[in-house]
Amino acid sequence: MTSSVDTAPAARGAQAYEESLEQSDRSLAEFEARHQSALDRIQHFLHGYPTMVPVIVLLVSVLAFGIVAGDRFFSAFNLSLIMQQVSIIGILAAAQSLVILTAGIDLSVAAIMVLMSVIMGNLAVSMGVPTPIALLVGFAGGTAAGALNGLLVTRLKLPPFITTLGTWNIFFALNLWLSGAQSIRSQDIDEQAPILKIFGENFGMFGAQFSYGSVLMVLIFAALWYLLNRTAWGRHVYAVGDDKEAAELAGIRTNRTLVSVYALAGLVCALGAWASIGRVGSVSPQSFYEGNLQSITAVVIGGISLFGGRGSIMGPLIGALIVGVFQSGLRLVGVDVLWQVFAIGWLIIIAVAIDQWIRKVSA
Amino acid sequence: MSENVPILSARGLVKRYGRVTALDRADFDLYPGEILAVIGDNGAGKSSLIKALSGAVSIDEGDMTLEGRPMRFSSPMEARDAGIETVYQTLALSPALSIADNMFLGREIRKKGPLGSIFKLLDRAEMEKVARQKLSDLGLMTIQNIAQPVETLSGGQRQGVAVARAAAFGSKVIIMDEPTAALGVKESRRVLELILDVKRRGIPIVLISHNMPHVFEVADRIHIHRLGRRLCVIKPKDYSMSDAVAFMTGAKTPPEEAIAA
Amino acid sequence: MKRQALIASTALAAALAFAAPSHAQDEQVSACLITKTDINPFFVKMKEGATAKAEELGMELATYAGRVDGDHQTQVQAVETCIASGADGILITASDTKAIVDVVQTARDNGILVIALDTPLEPIDAADATFATDNFKAGELIGQWAAAQLGDEAANAKIAMLDLSPSQPSVDVLRNQGFLQGFGIDLNDENLIGDEEDERIVGNDVTSGNEEGGRRAMENLLQVDPEINVVYTINEPAAAGAYETLRSFGRQDEVIVVSVDGGCPGVQNVQEGIIGATSQQYPLEMAALGIEAIANFARTGETPEPSPGLDFYDTGVQLVTDTPVEGLESISVEEGLELCWG
Repeated sequence: MTSSVDTAPAARGAQAYEESLEQSDRSLAEFEARHQSALDRIQHFLHGYPTMVPVIVLLVSVLAFGIVAGDRFFSAFNLSLIMQQVSIIGILAAAQSLVILTAGIDLSVAAIMVLMSVIMGNLAVSMGVPTPIALLVGFAGGTAAGALNGLLVTRLKLPPFITTLGTWNIFFALNLWLSGAQSIRSQDIDEQAPILKIFGENFGMFGAQFSYGSVLMVLIFAALWYLLNRTAWGRHVYAVGDDKEAAELAGIRTNRTLVSVYALAGLVCALGAWASIGRVGSVSPQSFYEGNLQSITAVVIGGISLFGGRGSIMGPLIGALIVGVFQSGLRLVGVDVLWQVFAIGWLIIIAVAIDQWIRKVSA
Repeated sequence: MSENVPILSARGLVKRYGRVTALDRADFDLYPGEILAVIGDNGAGKSSLIKALSGAVSIDEGDMTLEGRPMRFSSPMEARDAGIETVYQTLALSPALSIADNMFLGREIRKKGPLGSIFKLLDRAEMEKVARQKLSDLGLMTIQNIAQPVETLSGGQRQGVAVARAAAFGSKVIIMDEPTAALGVKESRRVLELILDVKRRGIPIVLISHNMPHVFEVADRIHIHRLGRRLCVIKPKDYSMSDAVAFMTGAKTPPEEAIAA
Repeated sequence: MKRQALIASTALAAALAFAAPSHAQDEQVSACLITKTDINPFFVKMKEGATAKAEELGMELATYAGRVDGDHQTQVQAVETCIASGADGILITASDTKAIVDVVQTARDNGILVIALDTPLEPIDAADATFATDNFKAGELIGQWAAAQLGDEAANAKIAMLDLSPSQPSVDVLRNQGFLQGFGIDLNDENLIGDEEDERIVGNDVTSGNEEGGRRAMENLLQVDPEINVVYTINEPAAAGAYETLRSFGRQDEVIVVSVDGGCPGVQNVQEGIIGATSQQYPLEMAALGIEAIANFARTGETPEPSPGLDFYDTGVQLVTDTPVEGLESISVEEGLELCWG
């Protein structure tokens, strides 16, 4: 896009001054270049394109498991199955990314999602409310739950970690209260409100089986990418996460931005609630208890900095896929669940270490 | 210059923090097209004065006018909207965002038509074009890639971006808080050039600095703040740096005509 | 509706942390019920049984629960509270069956009768008595049933084992090993899941005992071998999840799914052919018997005896299915629905 380089129509004196300055600058640059190792260059490259790390890890791990586990792993069907398996955590990771980009954290994402799925299910199945209305109530509820987090963080100035730790418990208790800890059975949903399960439907393509839920996940990421990179709001989200005070001084209404981020995260969780009913088959108040931590795992592996303001929204999509690929690959190789957990643990630590290393470029 | 009407003026500003009076009936005048340096010992109320002018604190008493119209700000945003831009010592840039993004932070340009009004699509090309234009106006086009993150720039270049941002949007006054404090010799020189460039473009500047050589080099007049109020205003060509420091610290009393100014 | 209200009030109580129980009056027998969580309908039912029985016998009952399964600390505090309040007996389903032993000993030293419900402590004699489902037998019943359904084909079965968690808690091990024994597979170490060498076992995976986990585990194992035809599941929610996978793979009619628990949605799933058979356990009975034992202890000082041949009191387990097999006692779905919990 930036093809032409403008030259400065500066005053003569300034130009002469600049010339002499440029000379000394240049020698400085050469000095640096001579001592720049391959590692430094990689570091700089990754700093410019932070999503490359997870992309490389994903490609390498797919190839490696393809070689070790063979066709059972490296088939269109299995790879699309991984997409299905990660779809719900992926959607939660999308919501989580928004909050983490603002240097916050949202421990309540999974609780909002499960609560909204219970609300949708109770309304549509148990109470006979038309499904579209039940869904809208769920979306509104998710947005409100997220906005509550945002208001607590901005108005009461509570740290996001503590705020969402609190609301996590609150939403979880409400979930148990509304559901009686009892699942709504798949067969009852089929009978009363089949639309609730629409994201569980599959369609075949080139031997792969894609669920609408995994398509929804990709669409959510695409939409968030657009919002974050192509609208003023998105730029503000990054600015707030990068340096809230600076953003404030630069004229951004940071609190409004923060509340909108948490509210949007809540809405995404509600979309996840709809998708999860399709994926799980039933409304299951006890599923996804660790969904918040799994979403954070995907975000971190996806290269979004926990310190905010850095990383691409597409990273967590890749991050969620990496976790899915590892789980599937290790399982097909015959590795015990215990060691799958072990491997994911190391992935997290390595991902954060790489993030820290990349950030040192700017220091 | 002083024959003109001041563009930004304050009379009898009072600001108290509990029992401490930071501003004690302070006056202030900035004239069109000038660089006015504000100097003062630590605790003289210099920063309270600047915060009052830039809207960061609201004053308890006194009047301020911008272009003759009375003004009262309750936030930096209001001051900015009125045309008073401040380049903070911290620069208030977002390091991970690009130069163009930073320059347009909070006043982005959207695409024309439904793409902009419904989909809120940013007009990247236009923003980058304007940003490049503004930077080259100030002789800052050694920065070649307008899309590079601000954190990859040197301290002086960042200062340049912050100044360009302040100067870019039809501002009437730019306040610069310690622009050279964190910079090396070479970078400081460039920033001073930049300040003069801004002045050449007709925007008056309030320069807060501890650095006497820098102040004496670029300022047209020097406002010396002492004990919460304006002690005097001097012209750098009439006095030496040690005079200014002596007035500032109370070691010497300034002449009557300077106090009257 | 009444059940809903009860659950609502208990969940609310959980949300508001634990209301301090009032002190026991001297003439009134008092008991404590400490469950792993009060999320699980199983424990909700347990509480219901204990509450009803205590009311009937004019006893005072305080109930406590951990926040999640594995919340040991809250249970320790609950036992300490019970000691301090001078309870006559404690019913506990321990989250950490080894670590709880010390504080249980303190309670017993204070003359309190401690009965482990559902989950035996380790060692089992750390409690005065254990009232539990015979989980091994529960597994064995569904194993036998599945083998009988297949007949001669059992020799060529391909079995998926959908377990609870990687930490292999005792209930997980007992049901798993019971199933395998019932099916006719040689066990290696009876305390270990997954060490069998029989080729009929396609693999083990964990489900966390919920639908999502069941679905994922079933997908994983079908990737290992798409011809699986027998699925063991740790509980009925996991079975429901597994069924969703089978359905999306188009294999729901060729696979036998068996489970354990006997919750109402689970039995309903047996009725609809989603689950072939399930072993039903009786938490309400378990808790009611426990309360009676405490009442008896307070009156006579007698501690309850274990069932003959076992080191705990077996509160019973029955196979629920509408396709009974010869030589294996079972009850019909209709009966199962009457006895179901949750």
